[in-house]
Amino acid sequence: MAMLGFLLAVAAGLAALIVGAAGVLGARWTLAVPWLVPLGGLELSMDPLAGFFLGLVGVGAIPVSVYAIGYTGGERRGVLAYLGFVVSMGVVPLAANLMTFAIAWELMSLASYFLVLHDRGAPESVRAAWVYAVMSHAGLACLLAGMLLLSVWTGSWRFADWAAAAPGLSGAGRDVVFGLLAVGFLGKAGVIPLHVWLPLAHPAAPSHVSALMSGVMIKLGIYGLLRAGFDWLGAGPAWWGVAVLILGTVSSVIGVLYALVDHDLKRLLAFHSIENVGIILIGVGAGMLYHGTGLEALALLGLAAGLYHTLNHAAFKALLFLGAGAVVRATGTRNMEEMGGLIKRMPWTAACFLAGSVAIAALPPFNGFVSEWLTFMALLQTTRLAQPGLNLVFAFGIAGLALTGGLAMACFVKAFGVSFLALPRSEAAARAHEAPRSMRAAMVALALLCLGLGLGPTLMVPVLLGVAAALTGAATPVPIGNALTLSVSGGFASLSTLAIAVALGGGFLLPLVLLRLAGASRRVRGYETWGCGRILQTARMEYTATAFSNPFKRVFDFFYRPVKRLDIEFHPESRLFVQRIEYENPTRSIFDDWLYRPALAVLSGVATRARAIQSGSTNVYLAYILAALLVLLVLA
Amino acid sequence: MIADLVVALAQALVVAAGAPLLVGVLRTLKARLVGRRGPSPWQPYADLRKLLRKEVVVSTTTSWVFRATPYVLVATMLVAAVIVPVVASRTALPFAGIILLMYLFMLGTFFQALAGLDSGSAFGGMGGSRGVAVAALAEPTVILAVFALALRADTTNLGGIVEHLAREPLLAANPGHLLAFAAFFIVMLAETGRLPVDNPATHLELTMIHEAMVLEYSGRYLALVEWAGAMKLFVFLTLLANLFFPWGVTSLVEPVPLLLGFLALAGKLAVLTVALAVLETAVAKLRLFRVPELLAGSFALALLSVTAVFLVP
Amino acid sequence: MLRQLRTGLRSGIVTEPAPRDADVERLGDRLAGQVRRLFGRSLAIRQVDAGSCNACELEIAGLTGPHYDLERFGLRFVASPRHADCLLVTGPVTRNMAEALRRTWEATPDPKIVIAVGDCARDGGIFRGSYAIVGGVGDVVPVDAVIPGCPPAPTAILAGILDVIGRRR
Repeated sequence: MAMLGFLLAVAAGLAALIVGAAGVLGARWTLAVPWLVPLGGLELSMDPLAGFFLGLVGVGAIPVSVYAIGYTGGERRGVLAYLGFVVSMGVVPLAANLMTFAIAWELMSLASYFLVLHDRGAPESVRAAWVYAVMSHAGLACLLAGMLLLSVWTGSWRFADWAAAAPGLSGAGRDVVFGLLAVGFLGKAGVIPLHVWLPLAHPAAPSHVSALMSGVMIKLGIYGLLRAGFDWLGAGPAWWGVAVLILGTVSSVIGVLYALVDHDLKRLLAFHSIENVGIILIGVGAGMLYHGTGLEALALLGLAAGLYHTLNHAAFKALLFLGAGAVVRATGTRNMEEMGGLIKRMPWTAACFLAGSVAIAALPPFNGFVSEWLTFMALLQTTRLAQPGLNLVFAFGIAGLALTGGLAMACFVKAFGVSFLALPRSEAAARAHEAPRSMRAAMVALALLCLGLGLGPTLMVPVLLGVAAALTGAATPVPIGNALTLSVSGGFASLSTLAIAVALGGGFLLPLVLLRLAGASRRVRGYETWGCGRILQTARMEYTATAFSNPFKRVFDFFYRPVKRLDIEFHPESRLFVQRIEYENPTRSIFDDWLYRPALAVLSGVATRARAIQSGSTNVYLAYILAALLVLLVLA
Repeated sequence: MIADLVVALAQALVVAAGAPLLVGVLRTLKARLVGRRGPSPWQPYADLRKLLRKEVVVSTTTSWVFRATPYVLVATMLVAAVIVPVVASRTALPFAGIILLMYLFMLGTFFQALAGLDSGSAFGGMGGSRGVAVAALAEPTVILAVFALALRADTTNLGGIVEHLAREPLLAANPGHLLAFAAFFIVMLAETGRLPVDNPATHLELTMIHEAMVLEYSGRYLALVEWAGAMKLFVFLTLLANLFFPWGVTSLVEPVPLLLGFLALAGKLAVLTVALAVLETAVAKLRLFRVPELLAGSFALALLSVTAVFLVP
Repeated sequence: MLRQLRTGLRSGIVTEPAPRDADVERLGDRLAGQVRRLFGRSLAIRQVDAGSCNACELEIAGLTGPHYDLERFGLRFVASPRHADCLLVTGPVTRNMAEALRRTWEATPDPKIVIAVGDCARDGGIFRGSYAIVGGVGDVVPVDAVIPGCPPAPTAILAGILDVIGRRR
């Protein structure tokens, strides 16, 4: 039964991939069923951007659903919600009017809400689902407000009419609508400071759901932003692009900073989703800025970089969440400090997770590198914009992206090294077993996809440029080099990951040959790790994840504001003997402390005041209704 | 095409074969500066030769990551040696710019830190943690310095930068350009583990960064790691020499210019090596938590260099 | 900083000429030909204190200074036995250090040589017969050569090491 559900999801994913790919390559169609829902009926339409995101749903859903067959072990609960989740995500990019969009968007949120609540016995799951529900509905409120304003001003529910009428709207009106829509969509994408639901919901959900939420669902927020910023509202003023670029930079740096000090494997990945959404937004923001100033070729480059990173992030983040799921299933814990040594017990999972780590750390020749490189190329050409103020915004983005790359590399050394290498840090880790075949197959497929996307940018980039061109309305195709080499803006920069991969392979084999030729000794002897002659060399001597991230905690202490708690219990006879020692060094979130807590305090203060009018007497409520009716009649 | 390939492989050979000599000369110079006779400049070759003939002791705690890392390190450095303009500005891989080069170094750091963690000893983990911290904090400086160069040369391809700057020899005296050079020099100190960031000759585990990650390596693995480390120093010094002062780097594939380019490189590297030896003799190692301040300083230099381009075109 | 550089440059090289004759007790010829071929130009030394009074360490530390400068012969102290070719062991081997010494020896890749430095390392010295020691270094790991003295002077240690690797005859 469960198996059937996941097979259906695989089929839906395949269909999404095929239809989406056709859309990306230029197939356009519209499907309208006016009687199905009120206010405009069901209407779907396909264009390259919709095709790209529909394909993205397929790319995520196929391996994840295969994985889920082994992962859930035939458990039926959640299958229907999962199926609904996949289908509603596929409908969102196709929606062509407000009603269709709102229904699909809300179905997607609700289905994922139920999936987050999967483990309803755990208080943290319940809290995570609650925060998620509140945040996604606050976002939906903003979205609906923005969309209804547009509907009223343009007099239509259809998106196509909005795009046609948008240039005629007042500047301030467009700004307000863009602000509302951006808050709604970026909240779904998990951009700082609207990210609070993400590090709660991703770890609470089952891992295959986390993979889809992080790999695909949050990208639909990006989809919405692109749709709103380019299509519905047309090109906007420079501050839209500046805001997106700065938000992206801030999100990427802060996301990875939070990830560095988090030792819950899945929450760490969740923070990396914030980081990667930030990187995508850097590309998108650069695209918006260039588009606004008429530099179409560079706008396409920035957008293509953002889209490429969207696809890449879907591949490697899904892979990493699936790997984390396999680990959590085998060890029963999400805490990295209780893992370790898994590379010997779960070689497949470890190799796949390593591939994902290399990809997300943007190291060549995997896919994360290619899209970050493209983003850099879009940013580095800012001099073609002769506006020093904007140039400095770009420089900010460049420095932020570089810092993000370095910190992400550091973070995945920690994530992979502490979880998979050296000795097991707990009994459970020592008894871990490799994941079943369906899970391994899904992970291997995604790892190969990561490598393929890294080696094949010359095939992907022209397609993505086409999607971007369809969005901005640019006609001129941008040359990007030949089949082997990606060339940006003529001679500005070129990259051939294929050649680099071949060279790296050669460089790897050469020392093997050289050592043989030089007649090097080939004797290998196994012995214990050098511990200065110590007798008991156990896993407790290993460097912990906390210790590993300590330099970062000290360097960025103005941001983390760590609290040090040391609790020592001495022997009653003498202080020279310690019976128990407890050390805690938690960090504090500036967003919780300075934004959400004050905001919630104000909200509950207002609610307390409002209690005064709630008497509980039916007569009083009837009076309220009467008064409200009278006021409305007078106003009308 | 064939000639280009031959030149590129010859350049890689110069890096691969010359790197131990560079380290040897540096050690000899440092010894002389403190009044010691010091080792022969050829000492690193003798060390490598000896290491190849020794057995390897591998910790039973480790996995294939530990054993693959020396090869990954050498591979990244060999690829770097192929794409960096050492003697000629035309390189066999013109399809790889300076950003790729910096990420190749990061690939090496990534695996080296993993190998440190893989041994399961506290030293390896400590070295890995510090190594990635320094590398991560140096990254913004690197990219901004690259940005400053790319702004002036209008390309990020290494050969292109060299050729462009060679056409404007006076740029070497431009203050903005020199700021970028200073920033890149500090990054070089951090990335190659030189004083005042890391002491390559330390025996004190608690002060180590790079050394702590390689404590577990022996025999041929250690030889590969040390060779890769020497190549990294060579490549960084070559970048400093050729990107900022591209005198003598030829764009022609002919014997005489190539020979002149080789001599110019030797001269520039000699100057940089003496400067490095004097610096390493004169300064003490910084406390680990003061290193970010140094890197922040280099970041400020790079940012100033970028701003200088916008202000003084 | 500058003054230190100036001092270094002004005083020139102060390293003394290589020591001539060595006073070494060789024990067996386990590696005879190999040692010279392998370590003649490059020897990485790991110093192990197996319970010494630190007098020998003081003299050994003198080797790295400008006067004795062991690096000119291709000798070098290293931070890990994994990197080492030679264990330079001092002190009588105390019960607490016996296991550590054995592990250090195991951790050092073959081929390797062990040189015991000082009278204590030879046979326990003045601590011989004490309940706290196991004996000389030779009672715990195979020793290739002994450099006697209490403590031996830096020149004697240097001459001894050079003799073992066949640099001076």
